[in-house]
Amino acid sequence: MADARELFLGEGAEGGAGSKHLHVNMGPAHPAMHGIVRIFAELDGETVVKTDVEIGYLHRAFEKDCEAGPYNNAIPYTDRLNYVSPLINNFGYSSAIEKLLGIEITERCKYIRVIMSEISRICDHLTCVGAGAMELGAFTVFLYMIKAREFLWELVEDVTGARLTISYGRVGGVKADLPAGFDLKVKKAFAETRQVLEEVHTLITGNRIFMDRMVGVGALSKEDTIAWGITGPLLRAAGVPFDLRKTQPYWAYDRIPFAIALGKNGDNFDRYLVRMAEMEQSMRIAEQALDGLPGGAIQVDWEGKAIPPDAYVDLGKQGKTEGLLLMPITLSPNLQGQDRSAHDRVNAHDKRVILPTKADAYGSIEGLMNHFMLVMEGYGIRPPAGEAYFPVEGANGELGFYVVSDGSDRPYRVHCRPPCLPPVAALPKMIEGEMVADIIPTFGSVNMIGGELDR
Amino acid sequence: MDGPAILARLRERLGDRVLATHEYRGDHTAVVSREGLLAALTLCRNDAALGFDLLVDVTAVDYLRFPGREDGPRFEVVYHLYSVANGHRVRLKTPVEQDDPVVPTACGLWPIANWLEREVWDMFGIRFDGHPDLRRLLMYEEFEGHPLRKDYPINRRQPLIGPKV
Repeated sequence: MADARELFLGEGAEGGAGSKHLHVNMGPAHPAMHGIVRIFAELDGETVVKTDVEIGYLHRAFEKDCEAGPYNNAIPYTDRLNYVSPLINNFGYSSAIEKLLGIEITERCKYIRVIMSEISRICDHLTCVGAGAMELGAFTVFLYMIKAREFLWELVEDVTGARLTISYGRVGGVKADLPAGFDLKVKKAFAETRQVLEEVHTLITGNRIFMDRMVGVGALSKEDTIAWGITGPLLRAAGVPFDLRKTQPYWAYDRIPFAIALGKNGDNFDRYLVRMAEMEQSMRIAEQALDGLPGGAIQVDWEGKAIPPDAYVDLGKQGKTEGLLLMPITLSPNLQGQDRSAHDRVNAHDKRVILPTKADAYGSIEGLMNHFMLVMEGYGIRPPAGEAYFPVEGANGELGFYVVSDGSDRPYRVHCRPPCLPPVAALPKMIEGEMVADIIPTFGSVNMIGGELDR
Repeated sequence: MDGPAILARLRERLGDRVLATHEYRGDHTAVVSREGLLAALTLCRNDAALGFDLLVDVTAVDYLRFPGREDGPRFEVVYHLYSVANGHRVRLKTPVEQDDPVVPTACGLWPIANWLEREVWDMFGIRFDGHPDLRRLLMYEEFEGHPLRKDYPINRRQPLIGPKV
């Protein structure tokens, strides 16, 4: 039977005199655990002696589900990997399939992917820094940053029609072109974000309480960071200039100048500074990409002799197809940016992968057959048998998709390399020997995202 | 070093332990025998010209239902390596038989191999010889079977969850 000491102090506290180690569970459902993860810690007073991190509480069989359906069916699942920056996952998965197929996306699509990825990256960093600061008592910072994220999510909503589960990427392109007047909205949202970053710098960079909790805490050396497979802001905070956008440029990153933010000590404070600097760089990238966006202005011209879709279908059915392919149709607001001219600009010209425009599917037999061949079971996108690995720079580091095709319309195997798994695996190394309270800022700086960690 | 040079160096240093090399869509792959795997990984990490200091990923593929490979080795364990210093990549694969799904661990080379190998054990039931702590990573200990094997049906219910009502 447990004695009083054990009842009050927990298992392992029996035995009367002398101090004993105490076992403490942090999580799985703990407000500071960002999602669900369990840290099982052995404490000597306030010092963490030994920890074990348990993950998997959010496992949803992502990889198994991908194997169960055609290639495009996996795109909504990728939204839910890193739900703070879902656009990057969308595009990463699409790019892996494009690599497998050996197709090249259009120049404008590359720029759109860059712009949307950078907006997502800022959202991710805002959430990470804001939540981390809140857990150290700086609630104002959290509110400010969520306010800025709100402006950016409005941009995302404008383009994709959704805020979180956006499903905007497509194999060979994106769902729709950027909406009219998007560049002006970006300008406005970035101005707001910049002001918030300025305010946050004034509030906590150099703030005594914040510095005391962050400087020198949770540090990993350069060698340890690499040995633990950690990439992204954590590796750059240790002073290693590894950023896939520079080292293996994909999409349009090789044409856009930007700087890699680097830290020195690899501690929580450097990680914070790297993320703050990266947000500014991301805004720079997005602005330059918007300026250099090829394929004409974003402003899509909705005017012309457009006819309603049902009238268009009727003309097609009656065989009055002369000039039909050139006739614009009025699209429902839900399909904005998917008219024929926009469709050609943002999608690869490859009938093996790209769904025809609605106008073609309704108006011509070729279009209808093309549509049929892509959506019917057993047809769809069919990459030749082989394998490909495509890494992109996610908000947390290298996000890679490894796809194996057996030549059928379903992926034989999809594997996601989650960028936040290595830092969570290295968490014991970061927190052992430090104080219990240091777990909170260190765990915050790791930016664990349950969706991609557990898949 | 570019891809072909990496593969040539692996072939030169490892001899017939490299079963095959190929390049597909810009990815360079060396297939290494299970006996030579540890030597290959050690060479990749320690050789100055290769310098693969970052173990990006460890995963596996179950080729049970892959057209044309039904008779061959059932599994392949796949390693993705990157060199931070040299900026190049390589993929190593090793075939594993169904009857003896054991591969030597890489925990001694990269600490991150610990978790990545636990995930492969969890999902595919491939054991890593010499692994210090081979527990399931994503699933719970009472979970029956290995879900990413091709003969694990996607709708199978687990005893702890109970029958579907």
